[in-house]
Amino acid sequence: MSGSRPPVLRVCADGPVLVTGEVEVEDADGVRHRSTRPVSAVCRCGASSRAPWCDGTHKLLRARDADRGSPQG
Amino acid sequence: MTHLPRPRGELTARLVETLRGPLDGPPLTLGGPAPDASLALWMLHELHYRGFDEVDDRWEWSPRLMPLRRDLEDDLERRLRERYAGVATYDDLEVDEAVVAVIDDHEGPSLARHVQRHATRQEVEELLRQRSIYHLKEADPTSWTIPRLSAGPKAALLLVQLDEYGAGDPARLHHALFAQGLADSGLDAAYGAYVDEATDAVLEQNNAVSLFGLQRRMRGAALGHFAAFEATSSIPSRQLAQGMRRVGLPESMAGYYDEHVEADAAHEQVALRDICGRLVREEPALRDDVLLGAWTCLDLEARTARDLLGRWEAVAA
Repeated sequence: MSGSRPPVLRVCADGPVLVTGEVEVEDADGVRHRSTRPVSAVCRCGASSRAPWCDGTHKLLRARDADRGSPQG
Repeated sequence: MTHLPRPRGELTARLVETLRGPLDGPPLTLGGPAPDASLALWMLHELHYRGFDEVDDRWEWSPRLMPLRRDLEDDLERRLRERYAGVATYDDLEVDEAVVAVIDDHEGPSLARHVQRHATRQEVEELLRQRSIYHLKEADPTSWTIPRLSAGPKAALLLVQLDEYGAGDPARLHHALFAQGLADSGLDAAYGAYVDEATDAVLEQNNAVSLFGLQRRMRGAALGHFAAFEATSSIPSRQLAQGMRRVGLPESMAGYYDEHVEADAAHEQVALRDICGRLVREEPALRDDVLLGAWTCLDLEARTARDLLGRWEAVAA
């Protein structure tokens, strides 16, 4: 999408990694997952039900951690 | 494509009659409080989207309608601002963090949790019919803001809208996915098919996004609403998809919500950081309207949820 520039992965605070443009993610089992979205969010908390893609579950973990009084993330 | 709704009172009867008649004539005015004000404003806004089969397209900009539209929009805006007054705005935080804080503070009943665990198929179908008023034009109200933005927020908004509109593939376009799901569920997928049963709360939800989108001065509220909508979508969409499968709705209907789990998890980040963040950096005076829009999104959804859940509870009791 951006000529010769390398793809940029953007880390969101307490959230996923954002990737712009078509991308493939290889998971821990070596399975490749392709996204053709204009922008994709890759799970960083490890708890997504739609791994490797983010499904918002990190927010539930954050809320649970906040309830327990432990640090976020 | 779509027909005029059934009038619900004196105002909408007058409006329907006017729209079926000649373009020339005296301007319409509100006169006084009208119980069918929400439907009237919905009809006036609809002239800017897809119009009505039996209505001349030139009514869209008719000076006869503008006084009524202004009165109805002023009433709606006043109501929304009154409800918002007193909400904590976290002035020491960046706007994207403030929107997240407003979301975290807000408490309201969840239709998605009810659908996930308890709703009957009949209730889920009623929810789909109510949601169809918005989902069959999903993303469109926000698109009104595009030409009103500078490069930073505009480029970010278009990245999300490209996904909403299927990235070039009409079959992946979100409102087309919803229409397919409705049709496969045995429901009417025609645009505007269920407006006659739309509740007042649902019409107000739709009117608010159209107001924010169509009034350039409210672009901050439009984008704040958009960010809150995207940021409260992934987890409820997963619950809705589970509920749809639980009551035996077709895979395409559940799949529409699956799509929103992943899509909106990404849209949320772009909407908060790149759209609202850049907008307010460039136009700091819009910060409060961003929060107004975000809070209004949550508040209007809570009103719809209370209304529908209360109704279903009464039927079940």
